[in-house]
Amino acid sequence: MIAPIASHAGLTDTQGFVAAVVLGLFFGFFLERAGFANARKLAAVFYFYDMAVLKVMFSAIVTAAVGLWALGAVGVLDLSEIYLVPTHVVPQFVGGLILGVGFVVGGYCPGTSVTGMATGRLDAFAYSAGILGGLAVYGEIYPAIESFTQRTDLGEITFPDLLGIPRGILVALVVVGAGLAFVGAAKLEKAFASRRPRDLAPT
Amino acid sequence: MKGTSGRGPEAATAQPYWNPYLAGIGIGLVLLATFFIMGRGLGATGAFSALLVWVMSLFSTEYVTSNPIHSGYWNDGSPMMVFLVFLTIGSFTGAAISAALAGRSGWSIGRGPNISPLARLALAFVGGLVMAVGSKLAVGCTSGQALTGGSMLNVGSWTFMIAVFIGGYAVAPLFRRQWL
Repeated sequence: MIAPIASHAGLTDTQGFVAAVVLGLFFGFFLERAGFANARKLAAVFYFYDMAVLKVMFSAIVTAAVGLWALGAVGVLDLSEIYLVPTHVVPQFVGGLILGVGFVVGGYCPGTSVTGMATGRLDAFAYSAGILGGLAVYGEIYPAIESFTQRTDLGEITFPDLLGIPRGILVALVVVGAGLAFVGAAKLEKAFASRRPRDLAPT
Repeated sequence: MKGTSGRGPEAATAQPYWNPYLAGIGIGLVLLATFFIMGRGLGATGAFSALLVWVMSLFSTEYVTSNPIHSGYWNDGSPMMVFLVFLTIGSFTGAAISAALAGRSGWSIGRGPNISPLARLALAFVGGLVMAVGSKLAVGCTSGQALTGGSMLNVGSWTFMIAVFIGGYAVAPLFRRQWL
């Protein structure tokens, strides 16, 4: 095992920040190349005429999931040292529902609003101001909902742990599932092509 | 500068976007490299939390350090000196470079043909507000939960991801006018 590098060889704060900027440069570049600085392109997934959000998201997840499994299997990367957000089933499900609503209303998610601002999208600036407002509000309402946020606590848990099935098999299932989703996405785009607003260039 | 009054570069002579699978593989490799180097994944909401806490602290450090949510981002008085802030500085710059190279830079408002610019900006603000609350409740957003946790096969992240699509598709018919 040589990785994660931050916990094996160790990184100074400065080295970590330099790595963060470089990783961010590529992240933002690819997001913009995908068209994800554009709220219309993002919201289109909810109207089926352009499923790029689903395609990009799942090809990214598949790429990283396969890579993590492979690097772990050959003993280069220690997956147990990677930080996991603890699972709280109900609050995370409800949070996801709320976030989905915010996605349709606002047209961005926090990461894509940054790329939107970088390309001059005024709606991304308004959206980001909304995020700051929402975070301030959350700080105020948190005491009232604190017990709810702690419900159904499963701790740090992955599907390989939960189901007792090897990671490689589950990753293979994710790959197959993503492949089926891609086929379905192409069919939906065809079926709903007439919804594409006329001022958008066909792709 | 082009696109100053339009709805965006889709109406101008910008280059087409990349094939989504190619862009997705690129993002997946960035995510993998982040795991490999840092032992953690990507994220975005945390940078907004850090920025908010820093701004709040200019008015009252007492308010920040006594609040159960904001105090978590205080970082001993250096809220901006964290991984996610530097990542976000990078992604802002990377997106700006990409857009400039592709001829997609310029002031614009992303909206469908049937909504006024002001109404779109108001909805964008409200959407950001709603999204922030959801993201705090879920302990992550599309980057921190869906991409990062999704690829780690984190149970909560997949629960979250399914809920995002359910929530989005459930209300999408109500907001057609904004987008179509």
